Amino acid sequence: MIMSLLNTEEAQALLKKVLGFSKADECEVSLNGREGGNIRYALNAVSTAGDINTMDLAVTSVYGKKAGTATINEFDDASLESVVGRSEELAQLAPSNPEYMPMLGPQTFAESITFNADTAAMTPDSRATMVAKSLEVTRQANLTAAGFIENATNFSAVMNSKGLFAYDKGTGVTFSVTTRNEEGSASGYAARGFTNVKKLDTYSATKIAAGKAVSSLGAKAIEPGKYTVILEPVAATYMLENMFRFDARSAEEGRSFLSKKGGGTRLGEQLLDPKVTIYSDPFNPELPASTWSGEGLPHEKTVWIDKGVVKNLSYSRYWAQKKGVNPMPGPSNIIMEGGDATIEDMIKSTERGILVSRLWYIRMVDPQTLLLTGLTRDGLFYIEGGKIKFPVKNFRFNESPVIMLNNVDALGKPERSISVESYRSYLIPPMKLRDFTFSSLSDAV
Amino acid sequence: MKRRGFIYLSGIGAGALMLPCLSVLGKPVNPLLALEGMDVKLNKQLADVALNSARSKGASYADVRIGRYFNQFIITRENKVLNVANTESFGVGIRVIANGCWGFAATNDVTKEGMVKTAGKAVAVAKANAKIGGAPVELALQKGYGEVSWKTPIEKNAFEVPIKEKVDLLLGANAIAMQGGANFVNSLLFMVNEQKYFASTDGSYIDQDVHRIYPSFNITKIDPDAGAFETRRSLSSPVGMGYEYLTPLDSEKVTGITTRYKKRYDMLEDIKAASQQAAQKLAAKSVEPGKYDMVLDPSHLWLTIHESVGHPTELDRVLGYEANFAGTSFLTLDKWKSGNFNFGSPQVNIVADKTQVGSLGAVGYDDEGVKCKKWDLIKDGVLVNYQAIRDQAHIIGLKESQGCCYAQSWQDVQFQRMPNVSLQPGKTPLSVDNMIKNVEKGIYIIGDGSFSIDQQRYNFQFGGQLFYEIKDGKIAGMLNDVAYQANTREFWNSCAQVCDEQDYRLGGAFNDGKGQPSQSSAVSHGASTSLFKGVNVINTKRKIG
Repeated sequence: MIMSLLNTEEAQALLKKVLGFSKADECEVSLNGREGGNIRYALNAVSTAGDINTMDLAVTSVYGKKAGTATINEFDDASLESVVGRSEELAQLAPSNPEYMPMLGPQTFAESITFNADTAAMTPDSRATMVAKSLEVTRQANLTAAGFIENATNFSAVMNSKGLFAYDKGTGVTFSVTTRNEEGSASGYAARGFTNVKKLDTYSATKIAAGKAVSSLGAKAIEPGKYTVILEPVAATYMLENMFRFDARSAEEGRSFLSKKGGGTRLGEQLLDPKVTIYSDPFNPELPASTWSGEGLPHEKTVWIDKGVVKNLSYSRYWAQKKGVNPMPGPSNIIMEGGDATIEDMIKSTERGILVSRLWYIRMVDPQTLLLTGLTRDGLFYIEGGKIKFPVKNFRFNESPVIMLNNVDALGKPERSISVESYRSYLIPPMKLRDFTFSSLSDAV
Repeated sequence: MKRRGFIYLSGIGAGALMLPCLSVLGKPVNPLLALEGMDVKLNKQLADVALNSARSKGASYADVRIGRYFNQFIITRENKVLNVANTESFGVGIRVIANGCWGFAATNDVTKEGMVKTAGKAVAVAKANAKIGGAPVELALQKGYGEVSWKTPIEKNAFEVPIKEKVDLLLGANAIAMQGGANFVNSLLFMVNEQKYFASTDGSYIDQDVHRIYPSFNITKIDPDAGAFETRRSLSSPVGMGYEYLTPLDSEKVTGITTRYKKRYDMLEDIKAASQQAAQKLAAKSVEPGKYDMVLDPSHLWLTIHESVGHPTELDRVLGYEANFAGTSFLTLDKWKSGNFNFGSPQVNIVADKTQVGSLGAVGYDDEGVKCKKWDLIKDGVLVNYQAIRDQAHIIGLKESQGCCYAQSWQDVQFQRMPNVSLQPGKTPLSVDNMIKNVEKGIYIIGDGSFSIDQQRYNFQFGGQLFYEIKDGKIAGMLNDVAYQANTREFWNSCAQVCDEQDYRLGGAFNDGKGQPSQSSAVSHGASTSLFKGVNVINTKRKIG
């Protein structure tokens, strides 16, 4: 039988065995395994479901500064020996890479808090039960549900010929549901993501989605233009996800929103509103993350934006050496600090504005200004005199998160929220923003 | 939806970080094994074990996909090779119907024991889900084909071409870019070989060997004083071909303001032009927003077809199966049933085709054992059909599936994916030059850029690589900051002319994303240059800080 999830000792033993086949100057071997399952449902019934276990091995061999990588998912001795041999062949064929950095020796990594036994113990039946609870809501409300629940336990382990070893195991469960009426004239949505499945209540999440659908019936068209908006966390998350690359190299090369006119970077400059602080912390209990990076460096708490000022940029080992600074891995996770305002408070203080439940199909229009385009979806509401007046038809927007985070009126309490495209989790507050640019109307529901 | 570009395309990320980003497009290739192929006899024995096991545990239908997936990536920037990687993945996915419900399980344990165990899991999953209720699966009848095989018609297997030849091509291209004034250049060669063995309780045993290749580059030109930069991506397409795609051929070139390519690509020529054009883009005039007549090159139009025609005619979207992710479709069943729903102007004829040679979607049989075919989607501007698989065929009155089922790997469940969807060339002889002569105020777009469309496929916005202003029938110079916004039906009804077959070319996506968990599929879209009247153009220039 082939196991998909190895513990530290099993991973160590297998990686050691693989390294034993190496004849290269340097060799790094990594293992990634996953056990999990999912149910996808639509039209109030299951459409597809699966139970999937996988494990892959990647081997990078290096001669001088020539590197080659080969991967495999078969683990008999002959396969292991041949994958090492293949990576060595590729390395011999590759030209020298002047940017190659010698592998790191042993490092100390703190143990992560990313694993939860209850999530790991989920079964096809427990997933089916959670889906049944979601469907209870939509059947009662005479709505049609389409949703997705997925859980996985992942492990990754890496070892190199210089003695570095790292291991991490984590769990995650995500759930999302779209509720629509039969006529297709109303739609609502909710999405949740957790490390611990006990925090997931598919019934109440579906209730929220159903509420959005019912209250979005009869949406009116209003003129596109600049509006004050209140973004719920799931909307804000998807928008901001496009900004969370704080890479020094592209900034210094002059091809990033963090590049400075005349050369250099915006490090130390006030880029955003003073209310904005963004950091990473692998030990945040709400959003735990791996304690080591792909380059084999420890992940520690790192502030990227401090009260609107660019505080840190990430440096790869190569770029750090070239620039004479310490290497700094990119974000392990993203946490944006918030404020005290509730969404209700934000609505009350809004003379004229729009509440945005969700955004969709966001793509980069201009990487220099981070101008993004996308659309609203699944619940858009017009606010006047501190009250929600009526649902409105969807808009396309053209807006930059950098401009957006210079127009912050208020922030709420950060909550764990998933990107509706990448399915990555973030801790992001709801936010009230001035002058958000909607550029055209969409008939989509 | 087409996935967000590779990280390298946005010019961010170092070599070590690139591979993990790319490998999401397919599982992690042993070139030696790739050349050998899979053992058909052994596969049949294993498949029979799985099918029998599934049946004995209560499945009314089962199919087995044993797959070996090979990828090779060569990733470079400027004068450096950042990574050479071969990835390989081998395993089996078993899909069953039990108690009227689908179940799926996958394993990399491709042994008799693994088959039995995984078939059991798939049946257990189906039975657990059947308890939730819902209408039972209705599968269109499919005759078994017995033992058959199919292979992508390639001239040169990319996995047989020495690494050095590939590296020399990319570094040679990069050198041309740098000599041409580029500040940065990234280039990539991505090769795919899917070896798939399919068997089902219908009595099909199908062995297929599928090849695809995608060469590409992205050039960056910086103006540090202005704090500005521009990029120009390659005008290559991902194709269902072998390494022959990279052997230039004059007869496969379309000359004009910049050279574009049909079935052979000249990377060195394209990158030379690109390095000059990136600099021209920095100096180009910012567009005046307003209504323009748009002349859209196939290297651009393929993506508009993909998003605004390909996706809304997917039957699973129409029915609501994608409601929670990619969305539904404005092309609801009542519109199709009416038989006269106007989608576009009479010039608009769009076909679905899984048989087109050189296309990304071409295979002999789909991933549920249905022989591939070609059919009309939009005929003379009217919606006439959708894209369906076996469990959907009955809904649109079909006796058999249209063969649109695909899974990105053995470990993912197969579902309805877009076939090649292409705009048919105009029947009257018309060249691009003659088309432009009759445009008073227009923009000519070459290459695809930014793209976004709503969840029912009404409202879209597209950018591009190269924008040229057309004034009084002549090209007046380069423009920048261009994007056009339109409503799908209005846009296709504004289609006034389509050039003839001389100009017909394929574009395509290596990474069309759909489903939960999201799966990637490769699909081509053919077109000839087309004219769209009075389209709304916006200016995308902004200032930050």
